[in-house]
Amino acid sequence: MNRLHKILFFVLLSVCVPVVGAYANEPVPNKEEQKEEKQLDVREFILEHVSDSYVWHVTKIGDHEISIPLPVILYSQTTGWHMFSSSVFHESPSYEGFTIAEEGKYKGKIVEKDAAGAEVRPFDISITKNVFALLFSSLLMIVCIMYVARSYKKNPLQSKSGFAGLMEMFIMNINDDVIKPCIGKGYEKYAPYLLTVFFFVFTNNILGLIPFFPGGANVTGNIAITGVLAVITFLIVNISGSKEYWKEIFWPDVPLWLKVPPMLPIIELVGIFTKPFALMIRLFANILAGHSIVLGLTCLVFVTVKLGPAMNTSMTAVSIFFSVFIGFVELLVAYIQAYIFTMLSAVFIGLARVEPHHPHKKEVEK
Amino acid sequence: MALLLPESGLLFWMLISFGIVVFILAKFGFPIIIKMVESRKTYIDESLLIAKQTYEQMAVVKAQGEAIVDNARKEQVKIMNDAAQMRDQLIKEAKEKAGIEAVKLIEDARKQILSEKDDAIRDIRRQVAELSVDIAEKVLRGQLDKKTEQMAMIDRLLDEINVSKS
Repeated sequence: MNRLHKILFFVLLSVCVPVVGAYANEPVPNKEEQKEEKQLDVREFILEHVSDSYVWHVTKIGDHEISIPLPVILYSQTTGWHMFSSSVFHESPSYEGFTIAEEGKYKGKIVEKDAAGAEVRPFDISITKNVFALLFSSLLMIVCIMYVARSYKKNPLQSKSGFAGLMEMFIMNINDDVIKPCIGKGYEKYAPYLLTVFFFVFTNNILGLIPFFPGGANVTGNIAITGVLAVITFLIVNISGSKEYWKEIFWPDVPLWLKVPPMLPIIELVGIFTKPFALMIRLFANILAGHSIVLGLTCLVFVTVKLGPAMNTSMTAVSIFFSVFIGFVELLVAYIQAYIFTMLSAVFIGLARVEPHHPHKKEVEK
Repeated sequence: MALLLPESGLLFWMLISFGIVVFILAKFGFPIIIKMVESRKTYIDESLLIAKQTYEQMAVVKAQGEAIVDNARKEQVKIMNDAAQMRDQLIKEAKEKAGIEAVKLIEDARKQILSEKDDAIRDIRRQVAELSVDIAEKVLRGQLDKKTEQMAMIDRLLDEINVSKS
């Protein structure tokens, strides 16, 4: 219970800090009222950085942009498969009938014109910035964990030091303190998946905090990523649901009038979907907010240039101070979000595997 | 909000890469690590238990050893005492025997000396007797040279015999 309090505290902290950050940011739009275009620039700047892109912009030296072009893979209904480097858009805005939309619904995405002249999205499985970061972190994870596993295979009884020891600490902490108590009996079946989820989220969160290539991509702050994770958890929870779990949803132990017009069953049924939905939104929003705050604080330096050197200097100091502070908070959030995602997945699996003899015990714990 | 709409391309890659990651790590990564850590844990627990038992056994063995050494020491002291006693006794007995033997030897020697002294005295007496007989013979022979004297002697002797007979 004590541990749960701690976790709650950290969750509250991670929710409150973005709010504090937002307040810290507030003077900026006020001062910017006379320069509306500038304010728009900041929003664009942040949105551009947290959303996906076809090139990986590394840095700018003088006037020379350094960016890594990534492969574009498209399937068009009319012209079939296409594969080319995204650097072609550098030379001309249109290539093989595809352009990157400047405005509208598909802003920043590759579109083609259909017969009527309207913009349509081809089936797009390009290696974008996020996909590249995702593949990179997946590879990193596999290499790290397999390295540790191999070192265990080689010397099973030796106590590990260095990297393997660090990973052992993480793995056994999650395994013994999160997965085991949350699922209870038979947790061994789910531990590998939940550990993978933990390290997947954690690795991507941490890589997202590194501001230069190959980090800095907003992978876990993208709803597609968290959505897939949540859907897989949803499937595992409901596939491993026991008879008692389904009985509690459709025919719970409550007075008859609560379930004959199926009020409670409907609430429970909605609950099945809201649990993974909350998982998805929680991770997505936390990481997206973290990235946005860091970017917003960085923008503070450039936005206040127009307000004179005194203001700019003081705001730069504020910006750096808050950036450092938020950097530490984000480091904490990176771990906590991975931890919470894993713990809640484990709790949901544990709830779905409820035993018929003590039907209310786990509900109370929740 | 474009941010809230999942991109199909990213969904596709996420499914593939996360699927591969889960497959590899859930099959070859985490179960091995957890199994090894747990087997190491049981190994350490068992080792500690064995060490504890061994320690206890050691204490027992040590106590036994000490008891044996103690006994041996007592035995040694006892044997030494016995030996000393026996030695004393032997010496005592030997002394007694030697004393008896010495007394006996002295006795024998005295007896022998006595008997030899008797013999010597007897010898001397006999020689004295022989010498006195010889002398007496010579004296008599000298006195009885003459016939008258011889007759007088015989008479006297006869008288003496008669006197003693009557």
